[in-house]
Amino acid sequence: MFYRLSLIVPAALLVVLAGCGNESAGIPVSLKDHRFTPAEIHVPANQPSLITLTNQDGAAEEFDSAALKVEKVVPGHESGSVRLRPLAPGRYPFMGEYHADTARGVVIAD
Amino acid sequence: MLAALVIVFREVIEAGLIVGIVLAASKGIAQRGRWVGMGVAGGILGACVVAIFAGRIASLFSGSGQEIFNATVLLLAVAMLTWHNVWMAGHGREMARHMKSVGAAVSAGERPLAALAIVVGVAVLREGSEVVLFLYGIAQTTTRASMLAGGALGLLAGAAMSALMYYGLLAIPAGKLFRTTAWLITLLAAGMAAQAVLFLQNAGYLNVLMRSLWDTSWLLPDGGEGWRGILGKMLHTLVGYTAAPDGAQLIAYVATIAAIVGLTRWERNRHPRGTLIATPA
Repeated sequence: MFYRLSLIVPAALLVVLAGCGNESAGIPVSLKDHRFTPAEIHVPANQPSLITLTNQDGAAEEFDSAALKVEKVVPGHESGSVRLRPLAPGRYPFMGEYHADTARGVVIAD
Repeated sequence: MLAALVIVFREVIEAGLIVGIVLAASKGIAQRGRWVGMGVAGGILGACVVAIFAGRIASLFSGSGQEIFNATVLLLAVAMLTWHNVWMAGHGREMARHMKSVGAAVSAGERPLAALAIVVGVAVLREGSEVVLFLYGIAQTTTRASMLAGGALGLLAGAAMSALMYYGLLAIPAGKLFRTTAWLITLLAAGMAAQAVLFLQNAGYLNVLMRSLWDTSWLLPDGGEGWRGILGKMLHTLVGYTAAPDGAQLIAYVATIAAIVGLTRWERNRHPRGTLIATPA
């Protein structure tokens, strides 16, 4: 039992750690006057990607998307990285929750 | 104003429901008002600190500090909720009997109260920091008076949810109250564990079993706009409803329930007289 565990635990750790560190350069997205630029973000399907969101407004914004399973607050005049899980091809809408009337966009995985 | 109300309400729901459950779960324990009050006050204080240092926290862990922070405090809350349920499995029955016969508060329950105060503090801290950042943002706009009024109403609405949850639970007969809150706390903890997994995934750790198993967002989304979004978010908070969970989240959810049920049974067997109450299943 313990012998088996002693093999499984390090193996599991390796799998977990292997997921870290494969950092690619982030796709730059900016937020100004509560609008995303670009509002249409293309990412490759079926692999993780990274968005670097720069908030040029003074107010904080919450990048929110149920479809992408992301909720991330970016304070005013700060930037934040939004990690996207591997996505099946398709359209994934997102919004800035604090200014949802203007701050809208979509991630397109293709 | 309405927009600010809805946004703040959406943020506050989570903390409000959790405070309501904690108040019901600690009914009859002496000093609980003080402990829960301390949790809320500590949470608000912590929320302001987190909001001030939001930029610095976010830049930790190569830009994923916010996610790691959220996952950590959620797992802390899961541990505290688990501990509370296990403690209640050993002492719940005598407490319920005492409450019924004397109608007076029990002083034995201060230790689980500290755990529940931490749970309340963490919930207020997480949601509160977002509210503080949002209100700070609108304080700089020209329409700030009406926006701040909306925010204040949103806070009140969240507090009202808390009261509704509490008095709703109190309608349950005293003998079954702790059994119900034990189940609610179990599901609350399971949902938090699943959410912690999601935050770890979004931080770039634990990148395993990330494929969604199903998707019921067409039926009820677990967040977002409109009343369906709010309803879904409430269910998300209460029982961990997730429209499109992945394998890792589901495992965390089921494992947490299994762990709490297993530990409470084990504790109940150690206290043969303290059975029946406050033990899920």
